[in-house]
Amino acid sequence: MTALRRYPVLVALGLAALFMVVPFLIVAVNAVKSPAEYSQNGPLSLPHGLYLDGLKGFWQRVDYSQKLVNSVLISGSVALLATALSVLNAYAIGIGRIRGRTWVLAFFVLANLLPQEALVYPLYYLSKEAGLYDTRLSVIIVFTVIQSAFGTYLLSAVLGQFPREIIEAARIDGANKWQILVRIVVPVSRPTLGVLLVFFFIWTWNEFLLPLVMLISNDNQTVSVALGVLQGQRLMDATMTNAAALLGVLPAIVFFLVFQRTLTRGIAVGAVK
Amino acid sequence: MNVPVRPRDSYAPFLLPGALAFLAVVIVPFLMNTGVSFTDWQGVGSPHWSGLANYRELLHDSEFWASFRHSLFMVVAMAAIPTALGLVLAAALFDYVGKHFGTRIAAVLRACFYLPQVLPVAVAGIVWSWILAPDNGSLNALLKAVGLGSWQQDWLGDPDLALYTVMGVLVWVQIGFPLVVFMAGLGRVDPQLYEAAELDGAGWWRRFWHVTLPQIRPEVYVVLTWCTIAALKVFGAVYVLTKGGPGGATDVPSYFSFTTFFEKTQVGYGSAISTVLTVLILALAVLGLKLQGRAEDGDTP
Repeated sequence: MTALRRYPVLVALGLAALFMVVPFLIVAVNAVKSPAEYSQNGPLSLPHGLYLDGLKGFWQRVDYSQKLVNSVLISGSVALLATALSVLNAYAIGIGRIRGRTWVLAFFVLANLLPQEALVYPLYYLSKEAGLYDTRLSVIIVFTVIQSAFGTYLLSAVLGQFPREIIEAARIDGANKWQILVRIVVPVSRPTLGVLLVFFFIWTWNEFLLPLVMLISNDNQTVSVALGVLQGQRLMDATMTNAAALLGVLPAIVFFLVFQRTLTRGIAVGAVK
Repeated sequence: MNVPVRPRDSYAPFLLPGALAFLAVVIVPFLMNTGVSFTDWQGVGSPHWSGLANYRELLHDSEFWASFRHSLFMVVAMAAIPTALGLVLAAALFDYVGKHFGTRIAAVLRACFYLPQVLPVAVAGIVWSWILAPDNGSLNALLKAVGLGSWQQDWLGDPDLALYTVMGVLVWVQIGFPLVVFMAGLGRVDPQLYEAAELDGAGWWRRFWHVTLPQIRPEVYVVLTWCTIAALKVFGAVYVLTKGGPGGATDVPSYFSFTTFFEKTQVGYGSAISTVLTVLILALAVLGLKLQGRAEDGDTP
């Protein structure tokens, strides 16, 4: 490999990477233009100044603060509850080695693959019967279970490798199963649990179909649903769409920067297990 | 002396909350959905058994076949192309950039490719509908600015073009996943294999084909399986970009079942569509797991 050939490869990869991020840049550049400037100079010109009224107007119009609160509340609760449920399941499967665990595990894998389309109408119907329709709680319950299917699968494999001597030693010291779980297994598995928390949070934040069906009132909608519905109604002009795009992109970029290490590590773990 | 309890089964109580939760949220709804697919239920009143009528109707429903045909295009856009591109990009990033320019630059480039994966698909749809807008959209403005004004299109509104446009957006969304998985896989390939190939005078492409690819075959199967299933489930992107249009040109099974459930309220028929989709996905999953298992077994020398 000569040095002469290395640089063209780097340049080509750099251009491809630029192509990936250009949509974000162009959205950001245009979100600070006034509508007049946008219609006059088009989307490719650089902004003359910072015009934030468009973003502010959009923020107030869709009550974006409320949508952020809903998304954080739903995704945060799901991340915590789904991780807890995964730990309990995986403790029984990976460390408890309950009978028939292969079948139990196979069930969780299948549940994880099941398309939400095959659950959506019954869930919609049942949540109405239970008086939970159009509540954030309904979405929290449903995604806690759906996400924990993957969590159980991943954690069972990790806990299957857990050093038995540690558990035996604790048992001899008189710890019961619950104490072993809380005081030993959970602290030792903290890195994996961190990966699960981050993934569950982001996956739930990004979910669309079930929240779209379950959350119809404005006060309960998540960021994804509120923006997706607005776009689906085809009522937004270019400036509004642009504001919606930027406000939708920003939280994702924040998560990405905060969690980047966990994300890339997690994908590698999840895919090879 | 105490009679020792069998330690094996006493862990079962820990599975109880999970079992109840899955019963309520997955098992019962899934059985209901399957059951309803054999009825003509409209969402109100009591369902009437109609046997296989819904499935027979599906066989003659051109909308149904079109939606599954579009699914094949989605598999190309979300599984085939991202896997192929991801392999080449991952190998280039790992081999060329990582080894000669430092892992830091490789990590930054990888992050750029991965970024769309963290984006809610609804938001990705909004970003692209804004860029692809026929009037004043950035893509058409760009084409005009570089003197290719005649190439301007109504990217998402032209029935002949919309499906390919959606595919393009999905490639952009998806590419980061295979890239990251493959780069992680390349990290565990024994460097001696490369050195041996280099000593034999193998060029980059031959090494990629004969050394790299066989080594990360398990990852390739995982990615292909996951991405194919994701492609069959694709919903949000279609909902936000085209709503299945224009004229059904980008309709996919999940969107088709969604409109059948909630707009036409033909719940029985919608359930039949989603049941077919489920069977297809589970069959693919079993196939994928088998291939993956075989690749992992074949790998041990």
